Amino acid sequence: MRHDSPLAGTVRTTCPYCGVGCGVLAKPDGAGGAAIAGDPTHPANLGRLCSKGSALGETLGLGNRVLHPMKRNAAGGYDRVSWDVALNAVAAGLRGTIREHGPGAVAFYLSGQLLTEDYYVANKLMKGFIGSAHVDTNSRLCMSSTVAGQRRVFGSDTVPGSYEDLDCADLIVLVGSNTAWCHPILFRRIQQNRAERGAKVVVIDPRVTATAEDADLVLALKPGSDSTLFAGLLVDLAERDLIDASYLANHTAGFEETLANARAIAPDLATVAIRTGLSMPAIAAFYVLWASTPAVVTAWSQGVNQSAQGTDKVASILHCHLATGRIGRPGGGPFSLTGQPNAMGGREVGGLANMLAAHMGYSPAEIDRVGRFWQAPNMARQEGLKAVAMLDAVAGRTIRALWVMATNPAVSLPRADQVLAALKRLDLFVVSENVLSNDTLRGEPDFILPAAAWGEKDGTVTNSERRISRQRAFLPLPGEVKPDWWIVCEVAKRLGFTTAFDYSGPADIYAEHATLSAFENEGSRDFDIGGHSTLGPAAYDALGPVQWPVPAGRPLGTPRLFADGGFYTADRRAALMPLAIPALAAAVSETFPLLLNTGRVRDQWHTMTRTGLSPRLGAHVSEPSVYVNPADATRYGLSEGSFARVENGHGAVVLKVALDPGIQEGALFAPIHWSGETASHARIGAAVQPLCDPYSGQPEMKATPSRILPVAYASRGFVLSRAAVALPVESWWASVAVEGGHGKLFASNASAEHLMAHCRTVFGEDGLVEMIDCEGGIYRCAATQGGKLVAALFFGPAERAPLWDTVKRAFADPDFAPENRLALLAGYRLDGATDAGPVVCACFGVGLNAIRAAFASGQAVSTDDIGRQLRAGTNCGSCLPEIRRIGLGSRQETAA
Amino acid sequence: MAEPLIIVGKGMAATRLVDELSQRALGRYSIAVIGAEPRLAYNRVLLSPLLAGEIAVPDIELKPAAWWQARGVSTLYGRAVSAIDRAAKTITLEDGLSLPYAKLILATGSSPLKPPFPGIDLPGVATFRDTADVDLLRAHAERGSRIVVIGGGLLGLEAAYGLAKAGGKVTVLHLVDRLMERQVDAEGAALLAAEMGRRNITIRLNAATTGFVGNGKVEGVELADRSVVPADLVVIAMGVRPNAGLAKAAGVAVNRGVLVDDGMASDDPSIFAIGECAEHRGQVYGLVEPAYEQARVLAARLAGKEASYVGSLLSTNLKVSGVGVFSAGDFEPGAGNEIVVLRDRAAGIYRKFVLREGRLAGCILVGETSGALFYLGLIRSGQDITAIRADLPFGEAYCVREAA
Repeated sequence: MRHDSPLAGTVRTTCPYCGVGCGVLAKPDGAGGAAIAGDPTHPANLGRLCSKGSALGETLGLGNRVLHPMKRNAAGGYDRVSWDVALNAVAAGLRGTIREHGPGAVAFYLSGQLLTEDYYVANKLMKGFIGSAHVDTNSRLCMSSTVAGQRRVFGSDTVPGSYEDLDCADLIVLVGSNTAWCHPILFRRIQQNRAERGAKVVVIDPRVTATAEDADLVLALKPGSDSTLFAGLLVDLAERDLIDASYLANHTAGFEETLANARAIAPDLATVAIRTGLSMPAIAAFYVLWASTPAVVTAWSQGVNQSAQGTDKVASILHCHLATGRIGRPGGGPFSLTGQPNAMGGREVGGLANMLAAHMGYSPAEIDRVGRFWQAPNMARQEGLKAVAMLDAVAGRTIRALWVMATNPAVSLPRADQVLAALKRLDLFVVSENVLSNDTLRGEPDFILPAAAWGEKDGTVTNSERRISRQRAFLPLPGEVKPDWWIVCEVAKRLGFTTAFDYSGPADIYAEHATLSAFENEGSRDFDIGGHSTLGPAAYDALGPVQWPVPAGRPLGTPRLFADGGFYTADRRAALMPLAIPALAAAVSETFPLLLNTGRVRDQWHTMTRTGLSPRLGAHVSEPSVYVNPADATRYGLSEGSFARVENGHGAVVLKVALDPGIQEGALFAPIHWSGETASHARIGAAVQPLCDPYSGQPEMKATPSRILPVAYASRGFVLSRAAVALPVESWWASVAVEGGHGKLFASNASAEHLMAHCRTVFGEDGLVEMIDCEGGIYRCAATQGGKLVAALFFGPAERAPLWDTVKRAFADPDFAPENRLALLAGYRLDGATDAGPVVCACFGVGLNAIRAAFASGQAVSTDDIGRQLRAGTNCGSCLPEIRRIGLGSRQETAA
Repeated sequence: MAEPLIIVGKGMAATRLVDELSQRALGRYSIAVIGAEPRLAYNRVLLSPLLAGEIAVPDIELKPAAWWQARGVSTLYGRAVSAIDRAAKTITLEDGLSLPYAKLILATGSSPLKPPFPGIDLPGVATFRDTADVDLLRAHAERGSRIVVIGGGLLGLEAAYGLAKAGGKVTVLHLVDRLMERQVDAEGAALLAAEMGRRNITIRLNAATTGFVGNGKVEGVELADRSVVPADLVVIAMGVRPNAGLAKAAGVAVNRGVLVDDGMASDDPSIFAIGECAEHRGQVYGLVEPAYEQARVLAARLAGKEASYVGSLLSTNLKVSGVGVFSAGDFEPGAGNEIVVLRDRAAGIYRKFVLREGRLAGCILVGETSGALFYLGLIRSGQDITAIRADLPFGEAYCVREAA
């Protein structure tokens, strides 16, 4: 039971999803939910929200929340315990591990979902008081190559530009980024610039994605050849004499060696063509465009970061901008598009094993400075273990105690099966979590600590453009849930660090964080928010979005850096360095001839613990699929909608097959979102290699050599139920959020008789409506209680898989009491009117069939027409490429 | 000069034959219809609703007197035929009247079976066959009498329903372990029994009647287990026997019924038989549908056209309001048969389809019989239903949509 007295009217906060960091207006409804809208005054989104952000209101339920501390018992179950019991036991466990094995046996694995304040105290506890540097985070999987690249070249982890540059650039180059799906609001800004100002867009990605559909030039290069392309660009710029000699002379070092190295990697267009797999004219067109457009933004995401040469890839882009002086100016500069809502905040506090705190490293002076500031007794002295190595150390038993906060490493880390096995071997395993059940919780934590979720948390986050925004609570803390900062501080106090962790609240922590950033800084470190060190609680609460640095005396912050140099290396010069010879960490072989790429789909986030609750978001891509080039599909005996096993030496998954000409031959793409909670065989992390970048420690998650084999399931089906139901053990299944309860799509080799017996056991025979055709392999049933529909299961031959749209619609109403239950089992309505088809526009819930019909009728010719008539595509716009494609298909059909 | 054509019997088969003949060969024959019941032909199928009081006597009349007159048919009602002289091609009525025929059609129907149980002749032991029976049964029911119906087949259940509806306290005794065993399977029968129960009818299965007890009138039915079911009225509905005595006496070949060929002719080419008195290819039909088909074939033959009757697909439709039971064709599992079932236990709905080699071989619909004619058509046509298999149980609209 939730006691919801609205805290206020409308609360300004920020979205918990990607690194765009959109402002959100949340108006609690008093019943545990809230109306969600974009904040028109927030500079990141100016009122817009994407499909995921728009659906936030659907994800606030407490159904799957952990609401009080839990302790694992001898039987493997969990007992509710008091906070005092849990906190004392966690502190005792940490103390025991430190005593027996030293502080190096303790590690924290944090998350870009934590707020800056949470991050700050966790980092402080570990690196200053426990004395271990083993603090790493899921940002390691996301942005760490950018961190390493920027630190190497700029001397600091600094994003030089602003989102406004996307509005005023004349050329935007998107590298390894499906911006249309992963950063939809920025994509709309880019498209608006393209439409209104005629900016050109170049997309560089081995995979031709939705982003490529709105581009002027698409370069589908070979996986891993990005830095060759940019080395070639550097050579080309030099040959065109477009090098900004004065900028280089005044603000950089190492250009000559770097250019020589670039010439070795990319001596001429023909070599670049061979090494990237691109045509010479296409490469030349890109080089000419880049060279001739001073206002150029080169933006990148995970295609660059999640690479064993990610640091080099980042550096190769930075080199081109530095060589031309195109940095820190309106409309020009290199731009990392961050994946997570607060990866940047985590980096700022130093929540990475290779950072100490406040953008300081592990030099003796820095350790001393931070130690004095914190008055810390046990300063960590050297870099800690990065994520993949940290979990290896857990497996190797050198790390004995691990505290995971706000992330799901048993899904997202490479070799996820081994990760899960390793977690079970810990002496002390603590998880701070929102939900009662996820894959990491299968790692058998000793304690589950109920942490505040979005809407309940209060603190700050930093987005991709260095903009600090408040994330404010608009819902009360349910049950015994507590904020992460509180949990960490309570454990710290129980470890004896009472005064150092005696905070009155997030404002207090933020002020200390700001003070540390300015402590003995004097312009020597980029991260300085000293202007906030004296914010009182009221000013903190009212803090508006602002871009750091915000040193004392500059309250409006800093939109851009480095136009006039001023880098944070020792000599204040950007350091250009030669790159390694571009190559993938592991090459394909006869056994594993395909490169497995991983990434996001449009309407899901991470491991779906939040987006997976939204029926609207589940309707776009319902099932975990592997996307395969049609020629490869033929080669390996796969067809659209069939199933395939993707396997390699690390693990295996079974996914549905989707043919996609945008996938290169020799490549596969699979989404990262599904876990053991949401699908039977689709936890892609299990099949991702752990080979990492030598600087950033970021694993190469987008090119694991693999093979693919068809998997046959004789039958397919779906089940809808008010409470989750299990399927026969050998079945393949994927959960889909549906209105009114739980939905699963499944495939199986079980017989119809088996399903029938299963359903009768699960649902009971009373009130069961059944269609049975055992020889035909069909079983369908609808379970009713008191006349109300409570569950439905359809099962039939794979070649005529039952469709669930009609039943799903009937099921959406929890009070639905069908008059004609038999007709429900027919699975479709005779009038056909309600068959909307799969959702295309998640924001307004517009289906494929409605859009097709509008095009077919001739009433709509453009995406604008569709927007006017159906509203589809008028909010976040992430479906516009798809709508355009539907229109194109419709015209081709008409012409034929 | 019109040939004299005599129809013995004035029931539903006879009426349909006259109808067909008048459309095909009006004037070729001089038709006389002779019937033992002293009234116009009526629809026997409607006796059960008549008993239940759902309809009135005029509602069951097949055709008005004027209809017969308009077709120039002589009707001799309330007069039974006593003999056939095949050599002379004449028939003799009980009152001695002799009539010549060129063609003689026997449509004498059937009579209820009355096994020779002890006490069978006690007053209050009745059958359910004609309007006179209805009058007796209804009078008892309206008094709230305890009534035992022997026989849980189609006729017995229809009688039981009518009696209960009219106010009787009705018990149905059935010899075997399920109702309507020739038309529905065990599951359908169980649902049917439950529905009858909901209509205040007590069903006793595996109840073998051994006799009737009573002083001067029936007071109870004795069962094989020696128990006695008290009764003020007993209605025997254990089946029917073809009325083939007249033909047999005349030396026409008779087995259970009058043996006829595909042209409905007996072994005497001038004598024909249709309806419940006829036996065709070893089959005696107790339902109206085959009688109509036979009448149509015979009318065509008599009109000089080619036509032949190859037997009827049996289909059953229980006429008990609110308790739909339809069955047609094969309904039990067998070699090569595939079964599709749709059921809603709570609603008492059960649909079973038997498929053989991609064709519909039979079906049972209990509780909800819409689509019965569609399925009957599919069974009769023997068309391939593979493409509509998954939609088949949901009725014609779903199947048609699928085909389109």
